[in-house]
Amino acid sequence: MRQRLANLTATDIFLWVIRIAIIGLVVWGSATTLASGKYSAENWADFFIFGLSQGGLYALIALGYTLVYGILLMINFAHGEVFMAGAFTAFHVALAFGNSGFLDRNPVVALLVVTLVSMVTSVIVAVLLERVAYRPLRKAPRLVPLITAIGASYFLQYTFRGLYGSGISTYPDVAALKGEWIIGGVGILKTQAVVIVTSIALMVALYSLLRFTKTGKSMRAVAQDKEVAGLMGIDVDRVITITFALGGALAGAAGVLYALIYPQVHFFMGFVPGIKAFTAAVLGGIGNPVGAMLGGFFLGIVESLGPSLFLDGLGIPAPYQLKDVIAFSMLVLVLIFMPAGILGEQLYEKKA
Amino acid sequence: MMETTMNDHVHVDNGHYAPAKHWDWREVLKLGLMGGGVSLFVSLVGMVDTFGKKDVIGGVISQGQVLLVLIWMGFGYLVTRRMSGHTPSRTVAGAALAGLVSSGMLVGLVLISEPINLRSVLVEASPALVEMLTLGLSTALGSVILLVAGAALAALGAALPLLPERIRRPLLPALAWTLGVGVFQDVLAPVLPRPISGFLFDNISGLSVLGAIVVLAAVAGATVLWARQGESVRQRADALPPDQKKMLRWAIIGGSFLLVAFMPQLLGKFLSEVLGTVGIYILMGLGLNIVVGYAGLLDLGYVAFFAIGAYVMGVLTSTGELGFGWSFWMAVPFSVLAAVVAGVILGVPVLQMRGDYLAIVTLGFGEIIRILVLSDALRPLLGGPQGILAVPKITLLGWRLSGPQQLYYLILFACLAAVFISRRLAESRVGRAWMAIREDEDVAEAVGIGLVKHKLMAFAAGAAMAGLAGAIFATKLGSVYPHSMKLEVSIWVLCLIIVGGMGSIPGVAVGALFMMGLPELLRTFAEYRLLFYGALLVAMMLVRPEGLWPEESRRRELHAGENNQVAGRPPGAQT
Repeated sequence: MRQRLANLTATDIFLWVIRIAIIGLVVWGSATTLASGKYSAENWADFFIFGLSQGGLYALIALGYTLVYGILLMINFAHGEVFMAGAFTAFHVALAFGNSGFLDRNPVVALLVVTLVSMVTSVIVAVLLERVAYRPLRKAPRLVPLITAIGASYFLQYTFRGLYGSGISTYPDVAALKGEWIIGGVGILKTQAVVIVTSIALMVALYSLLRFTKTGKSMRAVAQDKEVAGLMGIDVDRVITITFALGGALAGAAGVLYALIYPQVHFFMGFVPGIKAFTAAVLGGIGNPVGAMLGGFFLGIVESLGPSLFLDGLGIPAPYQLKDVIAFSMLVLVLIFMPAGILGEQLYEKKA
Repeated sequence: MMETTMNDHVHVDNGHYAPAKHWDWREVLKLGLMGGGVSLFVSLVGMVDTFGKKDVIGGVISQGQVLLVLIWMGFGYLVTRRMSGHTPSRTVAGAALAGLVSSGMLVGLVLISEPINLRSVLVEASPALVEMLTLGLSTALGSVILLVAGAALAALGAALPLLPERIRRPLLPALAWTLGVGVFQDVLAPVLPRPISGFLFDNISGLSVLGAIVVLAAVAGATVLWARQGESVRQRADALPPDQKKMLRWAIIGGSFLLVAFMPQLLGKFLSEVLGTVGIYILMGLGLNIVVGYAGLLDLGYVAFFAIGAYVMGVLTSTGELGFGWSFWMAVPFSVLAAVVAGVILGVPVLQMRGDYLAIVTLGFGEIIRILVLSDALRPLLGGPQGILAVPKITLLGWRLSGPQQLYYLILFACLAAVFISRRLAESRVGRAWMAIREDEDVAEAVGIGLVKHKLMAFAAGAAMAGLAGAIFATKLGSVYPHSMKLEVSIWVLCLIIVGGMGSIPGVAVGALFMMGLPELLRTFAEYRLLFYGALLVAMMLVRPEGLWPEESRRRELHAGENNQVAGRPPGAQT
C-alpha cells in the first residue's frame, strides 16, 4: 500500500480529485432532488421510458460506429450525416404519403416504405463514403482518415443543405400513433413504444446476423485480422462494404424512428446524435456490438434522468439546457477513466 | 487510386509496342459519367444558380457558366491523362464523347424537370436553373447547345496539353488571370485607380468585354516577354559582384517590409479588416500548429481556449454591467494566463490518450465549454446568449486604435511574436522532444523524454496563442458573442494548418490566407464555404496530405511508400 501511495504522480492525484468531485456532485444533487420530492414516481417513469426510446436511437446509430471501428480502427465521423441523409430524404416520401392520405389509411405500409427509402439512401451514402473517401486511405497514418472523415461530414451536410434547402422540414403526424398505451399502470406514448420495440428488433436481427450467418462470421474474422482473413479466402473489400452498408441501414432506420419522436429534420440534425451515439459506442466498449446496444440505452436513460435528477438538485436554473453537457461529460469521463468501456473493448489490435 | 489500364492500351506485337487499336471505351464513359455527376451535383446543390448571378465577363458569361465550363474542360483534360498512347485526334474525340455524356446528363435534368416538378424535393431544380442551363432559349434548342458545348469544351480541355508549347505557355496564365480579375472584381475595383477600374469592369458585374481582352493580351504578352527575357535577367542578377548582390537582397527585403507596413493604407478599410481576421486565424493556427503539427496531439476543442481568452478579456475590460472596466493591456496577461491554465487542466486527463480518442475528448471539452457559455446557468457571469457587450477599443499611450487599419498593426505584431516563439520552440530541445513524441510516443518515453511535461507544455503554448487571439478578437469586435465559439472554428483552424502544411509556419500563413481570406473576398461563395472546405479536406488528404507548403520531412514521410520500387540491389547487399 505504501508502495502504491509512493508511486502516485501528480496526474493520478488530479484524476482522483476529479473522480471524487464528480461522484460527490452526482450523489449530492440526486439526494437533494429526491429529498425535495419535486418529481413524482410517474414523472420518473416518464423520464425513464423517454430515455429508453432515446437510447434505442443512440444504440442503432452507435452500432454503425462500432462496427466500422472494429474493422478499420477509424471513427467514421460522417456517420451522423449518413443518419441525416436517410431521414431527410425519406421526409419527402413521408410528406407525399401524408398529403395524399396514404399515411392515415395504411400507416403500417406507409411507414415501412418510408423506412425502406431512408435505409436505402443511408446505405448508398455510407457505401459511397467508403469507396471514395476511406478505401484509398487504408494504409495512411491514423490522422489522415480522421481528417477525411471530418471533411466528408461537412461536405455531406452542406450537400444536403444545397439539395433540400436550409430550412427545417417537419414530418407529418401519424394519426395511428397518437396517444399512449397504458401498460402496467404506466403510460407509454405510442411513438415511444414503436421506437423501443423496433430498435430492439433490429438489434436482435443484427446480432443474429453477426453470430449465426456466414457473412457475420466473415465480418468478425475481418475485424480480428484483416490480412489473415484475406488469406483465408474472405473478400475483405466486400466485407468492409457490407459493414458500412449495415451500419448505414441501421442509421437509416434510426432516422425514421427519430422522426417519429422529433418530427423536425434539417441538414444539421446528424451532428449531435452522431457524437452522442459515438459516446454510447465507447461507453459500451468500442468494437463490441452488444456493448454499443447497452451503451446506447445507458446513455439515453442517464441523459433523460440526469437533468432532473442531479442538476436540478444542485440548484442550476434551466437544467435541460445542459442535457447535452451531460452527454459530452459522460463521453469525456468515460474516455478518461474507462476507455475500455463497460463491457470492455473488443479490439484485436491495440488502438495506439 | 489511379487504375492502370496499360494492359488494354499497349499491344505487344512481335516484341514492339504498337498503339492500341481500340479506344478504351470504359475509361471515356466512366469519365463522362463522373463529369456528368459533378455537373448535376453542382447544379442541384445550387452553385450554378448562385454563382450565375454574377458575371465573369459582363453580359457574356456568368460565373455559374464558367463553373460548368471548367468542369467539362477538367474532365476533358483527365481524358488526355488517362488515354496516353493514342493519337491526338483519338484523344480529343474521346474527350468530346466524355463531354457529351456529361452535358447529356444535364440535358436529362432539363428534360425531366419539364413534366415533373422536382422542386418540392430538390429545391434547386427550379425553372430558373433550367433557364440558365438552356441559356434562356427553348428547351430543344437549349439542350442541343448544351450538348454541343459539353463536347466542344471537353475536347478543348483535352487539346490544351497537346498544344505546342509556344501557344500553351501564354494562353493558360492569360485565361487564368482573366478569370481571376473577373471573379475578384469586388476586391480589385476599390483598390485600383479610378480610370483603370472604370475601364476594366463592366457597370453591372464582371469584366467588360474590352477589359477582358486587355487582360488576356497583357498577361499573354507578359508571359511571352518573361519567357524570352526572364532567363537573361536572372543571369545578370547572378553575375553581379557580391556586394551589389547583397544590396539587391536588402532592397528586396526592405521593399517587402515597406509593403507589409503600409498595406492597410494601400488596401483600404475593408481589405485591412480582412487581413485582420486572417491575422487572428494565423495566430490560432500557429498555436494549433504547436499542438497538432509539432507534438502530434489532435485537438478538436481548440475553440475552447479561444473562448476563454475572449471571455476573460470581455469580463475584465467591459464597461457594461458585467465587466470591471480594466484596460486592454492590463487584461491581456490574464486572458493568456486563463487560457494556459485551461490548457493544462484539459491536458492532464488526456495524457494517456492517443489519436482518435484524444480528438473526440477534446471535441467534447470544446462543446461543453460552448454550451456552458451559452447557458442560463452562467448568465449572471457571462451574459448567456447575448454575451458581453461594450468591450472598449484599445488605447496605446493615449492613442486609440479605432479602425481596422490600426488594429492591423497590433495583430501583425502579435503574429510576428508568435512566429518567433514558434520557431524558437521548434528548434529547441522542447521542439525536438515534441517531434519525437509525435513520431512514436513509446519510443520517446523509452529514450527518456518526459511525456507529461512536454505534452502539457504543448497544450499550454497552443492555448496561450489561442487565448491571445481570443482577447484581440474581443476588442476587435467590441463584444463577446457565444455563438462565435462554435466547433466549426476549431475545424477551420485545423483545416487551415492541414491545407497549408502541418508543422510548417509559412504553411499556416498560406492556409489562413487561402481558407479564411478567400471566402471574405469571394462573398458569392459564402454559402458553400463549408462544402468547399469539406471537399477540399477530403481531396487534399487523398492527393497531397502534406499540405500546400509542407515541412520537408513531413512530405517525405507521407509519400514514403511511393518511391520504394527502386530497381537494382540495395547498397551493401551481398550478391
